[in-house]
Amino acid sequence: MEIGYYPGCALHGSSNDYETSVRSCLGKLDVGLRELDDWICCGATAAHSLNHKLAVALPARNLALAKRDGMTELLAPCPMCSMELLRANRALAACPRLRKEISEIVELEVDGSTQVLNLIQVVQKIGLDAIIRQVVRPLNGFRPACYYGCLLTRPPRDVQFDDCEQPSSMETILAALGAEPVDWNYKTECCGAGMTLADEETVLNLSHKILSDAAAHHASCIVVACPMCHVNLDMKQADIERRFGVRHELVVYYLSDLIGLALGIDEKIIGIDRHFVVKK
Amino acid sequence: MTLTASTDDLGIEQLSGASLRDCYQCGKCSAGCPMADSMDVLPNRLIRLVQLGQAEKAMRAESIWKCVSCMTCTARCPKSVDCAGVMDALRQIAFERGAVPEARQRTVLFQKAFLDNVRRNGRLRELELVGVFKLRAFFRDRSLRALMKDSLLAPKLMHRGKLHFGGQRVKDRAVVGRIFTRCMTNGEK
Repeated sequence: MEIGYYPGCALHGSSNDYETSVRSCLGKLDVGLRELDDWICCGATAAHSLNHKLAVALPARNLALAKRDGMTELLAPCPMCSMELLRANRALAACPRLRKEISEIVELEVDGSTQVLNLIQVVQKIGLDAIIRQVVRPLNGFRPACYYGCLLTRPPRDVQFDDCEQPSSMETILAALGAEPVDWNYKTECCGAGMTLADEETVLNLSHKILSDAAAHHASCIVVACPMCHVNLDMKQADIERRFGVRHELVVYYLSDLIGLALGIDEKIIGIDRHFVVKK
Repeated sequence: MTLTASTDDLGIEQLSGASLRDCYQCGKCSAGCPMADSMDVLPNRLIRLVQLGQAEKAMRAESIWKCVSCMTCTARCPKSVDCAGVMDALRQIAFERGAVPEARQRTVLFQKAFLDNVRRNGRLRELELVGVFKLRAFFRDRSLRALMKDSLLAPKLMHRGKLHFGGQRVKDRAVVGRIFTRCMTNGEK
């Protein structure tokens, strides 16, 4: 299977361990990624906060590139990117006048027909049976707290994925691979997202609550499918521990890390050794 | 039903696409908001202000810049009012009118630096963003501590292969520039 791929800025920047992880995991499952040629930033929170037209045009340019290159499906492993792409998709599909206007702005025809997928959806597409057949190292002993954060499931009108209050898609996958996901309360609470630089205090506060709840429910690790969640829970974990005088010591895995481990891929090839919090 | 033009003089309803008259003030948006405890004006009250023709007051609230865009309010609204979209509309208008409260200027400075960066490069160059943002913030608050705060992180990032000098740019940067120009000039409607 080959699938269109929109990495987004984070995966080609400081969250390149997520890209390494996604590529090694999907590669092992015979999914080839065809990167969108000359893709541009989706605009993220900055665009939708400051200029609402830009928040449609930037993702629309990428959707138009995908259409031009004959890609009908696009994997965007960053939920910020995938939400922005999906939101532009819906707005464009619903309004011919907007389609015309945005097509002129981005200098390519765009119609909102590209199917945008997050990482979990690609795993579901491969199918649990196909994955289980290749498991060489079941995830016995892992008690992950599956953390969805905000934009994998919200806003539900745009992303239409899982249950936005009680999502369970990651638990289903990991349980099938031998892990024992814990039941906990902060699955869909915000980690502070892109506020890391502008308002660090907010990130430390919100992420501390998430880590504390995972620990209180005896999780042995946290699993995410988002580069921003990973930065705030992993890279910022030492700062959080200092700020609140606690020890969390929770390893934060990307979903593809754990699937990769179960498939027998080496930790270094997956990129797990490049996280900040590592298993002792 | 929509708000009358004279009531919604800042055009919040049109910009956000949310039908604000539908809000019956149940407060569910504020109840689920992760930032509520540090907000001066809660999300449901912001919407009430706009309903009452006091969008100007809503626009000047600090809370619209405290919002982390988690979309919980929008997801939970029993009347499908896009509350997070209203926050976006209030932010955009406050930004355009130079009405951002002093205490939240830092957030706007960051978002502005982010967009400038994407406009120049087509993609975000993180190191450049951090540098530009920190310098601009330093010229505002003169805090050496804030300027140097994350410098110890650099070697740790480098050790993990996460720090990229230069970083990526797209080939067709000219088209990115034109997209920005078009959105910035006719983007108000």
